[in-house]
Amino acid sequence: MQLIFEISRPGRCSADIPVSDVPAVNIEDEISNKYLRNELDLPEVAEIDLIRHYTNLSRRNFGVDLGFYPLGSCTMKYNPKVNENVAALPGFTGLHPYADTEYAQGNLQLIYEMQKYLCGIFGMEEFTIQPAAGAHGELTGVMMIKKYFEKKGRKRRVILIPDAAHGTNPASSALCGFEVVELRSNTEGGVDIEHLQSLMTEDVAALMLTNPNTLGLFERNIEKVAAIVHEKGGLLYGDGANANAFMGKTRPGDLGFDVIQLNLHKTFSTPHGGGGPGSGPVGVGKALVDFLPVPRVVKTDDKYDWSENFPDTIGRVRSFYGNFNVIVKAYTYIRSLGAEGLKRATEMAVLNANYIKEKLKPYFDLPYDRICMHECVFSGNRQVTQSGVHTSDIAKKLIDYGYHPPTIYFPLIVHEAIMIEPTETESKETLDVFCDAMMAIAKEAKENPEGVKCAPVTTPVRRLDEVLAARKPDVCWKRS
Amino acid sequence: MDYCPHTADDIAQMQSVIGISSLDELFADIPEKFRLKQIPDIPAAISEQETVSIMGDIAGKNKLPQFTLTGAGAYHHFIPAVVGHITGRAEFYTAYTPYQSEISQGMLQAIYEYQTMIAHLTGTEIANASMYDGASAMAEAAVLCAKMSSRTKIIVARSVHPEYRKVLQTYSWANGYTVVELPYAPSGQVDLNVLQTQLDDQVAAVLMQSPNFFGAIEDIAQVADAVHKKGALLVAGFTDGTSLGILQPAGVAGADFVVGEGQSFGNPLNYGGPYLGIFAAREKFMRRIPGRLVGATVDKDGRRGFVLTLQTREQHIRREKATSNICSNEALCALAAGVYLAALGKNLKRLAELNIYKTQYLKNKLLGLAGWKEVFSAPVYNEFVLNCPGVKKINEKLKNEGITGGYELQKDYPELENSLLFCATEMISKENIDKVIAILK
Repeated sequence: MQLIFEISRPGRCSADIPVSDVPAVNIEDEISNKYLRNELDLPEVAEIDLIRHYTNLSRRNFGVDLGFYPLGSCTMKYNPKVNENVAALPGFTGLHPYADTEYAQGNLQLIYEMQKYLCGIFGMEEFTIQPAAGAHGELTGVMMIKKYFEKKGRKRRVILIPDAAHGTNPASSALCGFEVVELRSNTEGGVDIEHLQSLMTEDVAALMLTNPNTLGLFERNIEKVAAIVHEKGGLLYGDGANANAFMGKTRPGDLGFDVIQLNLHKTFSTPHGGGGPGSGPVGVGKALVDFLPVPRVVKTDDKYDWSENFPDTIGRVRSFYGNFNVIVKAYTYIRSLGAEGLKRATEMAVLNANYIKEKLKPYFDLPYDRICMHECVFSGNRQVTQSGVHTSDIAKKLIDYGYHPPTIYFPLIVHEAIMIEPTETESKETLDVFCDAMMAIAKEAKENPEGVKCAPVTTPVRRLDEVLAARKPDVCWKRS
Repeated sequence: MDYCPHTADDIAQMQSVIGISSLDELFADIPEKFRLKQIPDIPAAISEQETVSIMGDIAGKNKLPQFTLTGAGAYHHFIPAVVGHITGRAEFYTAYTPYQSEISQGMLQAIYEYQTMIAHLTGTEIANASMYDGASAMAEAAVLCAKMSSRTKIIVARSVHPEYRKVLQTYSWANGYTVVELPYAPSGQVDLNVLQTQLDDQVAAVLMQSPNFFGAIEDIAQVADAVHKKGALLVAGFTDGTSLGILQPAGVAGADFVVGEGQSFGNPLNYGGPYLGIFAAREKFMRRIPGRLVGATVDKDGRRGFVLTLQTREQHIRREKATSNICSNEALCALAAGVYLAALGKNLKRLAELNIYKTQYLKNKLLGLAGWKEVFSAPVYNEFVLNCPGVKKINEKLKNEGITGGYELQKDYPELENSLLFCATEMISKENIDKVIAILK
């Protein structure tokens, strides 16, 4: 497809500018010429060309509304349409962030109630909605941990992170100056308790734990893990990326977590927008409440306001208040489902994952064969050994069957990992047909490996040369 | 409504395949004492009709002003209809990050085009696929400069948005860097003489905005010169992105990084978010910058295609050694920005001119009121600071007429008492301005 720059023709335009109703001024009288730009080389396209260009681009993109999207760890559930409609109400979209709080009582009420709901669902003391995404929430959480020890006058250098963790965990810790020490998983896919005991010293600020972990397995020893960390004065951080596995069934606050971040674009159905916007609220237990970012919503009688009056706060991590409009969608979702609906969502998500796990078990290696939570992780080991068909080939072949592939090569501790997260919004029929496709691919991998390795063949482009892209980076188009 | 399609029969069949007799067995790994019976504090489920009604009530508790004269980092601009129609396409908004490039060419190409437009607008060679917002883009640029240079001091102009400075403070503290504030001169621009005394061999970066928080246009080239002479890097931002339609880009003036808030490009005010952080840089920093980058390449048949590239900078590959921890960005907002810029094309300059006309008209009219005077002498784009008799009373009077007045600077700048920061975009009509004058007369 041509680029928007390639269809540009001088003199065309699709957005006109009103005639000025105030007197024009001579720009150079106001702003010295040396501060003005010489050229403005933006695309010049008529409205119909613009619409066709982007509509055709959209047709080369796969979303949840087009088909099954079992991308592990990303919780690609259906994004309810009513959420989009209400979030587009002018009352929510139209307010300036510095509007007088008297004008913004609806927004403040919504934020306040959202934080209360999240406290109820996750068993935390307080929440902030300021972080703009999950990783941003992690960073905020780790900053609070840092501040907690600073306040106690005890510097701790280390954060423990399991080998199965998301890459954002170590990256967020490093951004706060912590040294990351890797914690081994045991043969059951859980925390290696002895290893934890040997690593847990008074130099360790926190253990960052994802529960269920990225293998989709619930940490059976969670009580022990929390006790070991807390005994040494450390804090337990929970990566809530997998919250779709336990909403309504258990609460991180009850399990001993001191701080967790959520990903509203995963668990609470807000669309991910092809990369963002997300939203990464952070919940804390009593130990960390004082360190939450400011401003915080406060309620006095029936009036809501912003307050910066929290002296021990870490400060701000974002301008204004966070991805407010994403919060509106997540709030709508919580209200629509209610307590029972949230619990049922979890139950159906876990049922779906276990169903896929059982159906595909005979065809793919399953490194940890036990009841999983919201996702299951297979290995493509057998296919590699049998016929040299890799997990990446299986993923590309799934595209030809009309699916978005699962997450692959993650977690890192599973060789040739295939991480499948079906979510609760998929029906049994969808899962059955998907499993049929996986079985057919397993069969083809054995009998005709080339047929798998050449996939995809149904897409607008075939496999792309990523090595070339990295070796000779072309990240901005240049007029030739 | 819970959006789960499962019938009782489905559940029974699936349980039998799994080999369980109740759903509770799926949660057996959760120690019994931690099993939750019922989520507390959540209202019961409601129908779609009730949802629409309840959410309408909450939205209705907000009051939209007739118009607003506050910008201060978030700007009310007209959004052409095409923007919402494109970002409302489910192929875009219900997708995840484009890890699987063959079925994500739409978003990848759109972001590649966005990167190209942003690099051009900012006068740099490269731009990433977006950061969270203008503040975090600036903070990440500062942290990167410190990491690359092994220097620990960051100088930030006091004329940078107060909230950006606060975010910078948080990020710098977490990384163990020191932030020094650079005062402004009587012109409202950075004080070059003070800058000279602050610059030493521990300074990693100098951070500024142009137009700055006061609306003043800075002499970036002069600052760049001073900064580079001491081996530091210049991070130059901007307030309202539409200013890039007419002002010399910071990259052309010598900035190493250009960062800023991209909300003005086709994104609604949304009470502060989601917005998008613009992050652009000189080519030599390409392998160090944070965030996703889309690159052009070819497929096995030689056709042009696009992929996420240079991923070895990123957390999912490099973990604790990554250049940043960012994962999700603001792709859909960047798509909106790309569509907006493509729709306006060269009209972005005319839009910027219109903003200047409105601003000059508002400024001159306000200056005609008794006791109002200019605070700074530097040229401005669409914001300016005026000293006026009794800011509270003025804003109160406007509020009573359903108008949001100027931004009160005193809370961030105690020395600027009785000073208001005003903004006039193309959304403000002559009639609006004349009404303001009539109210304040």
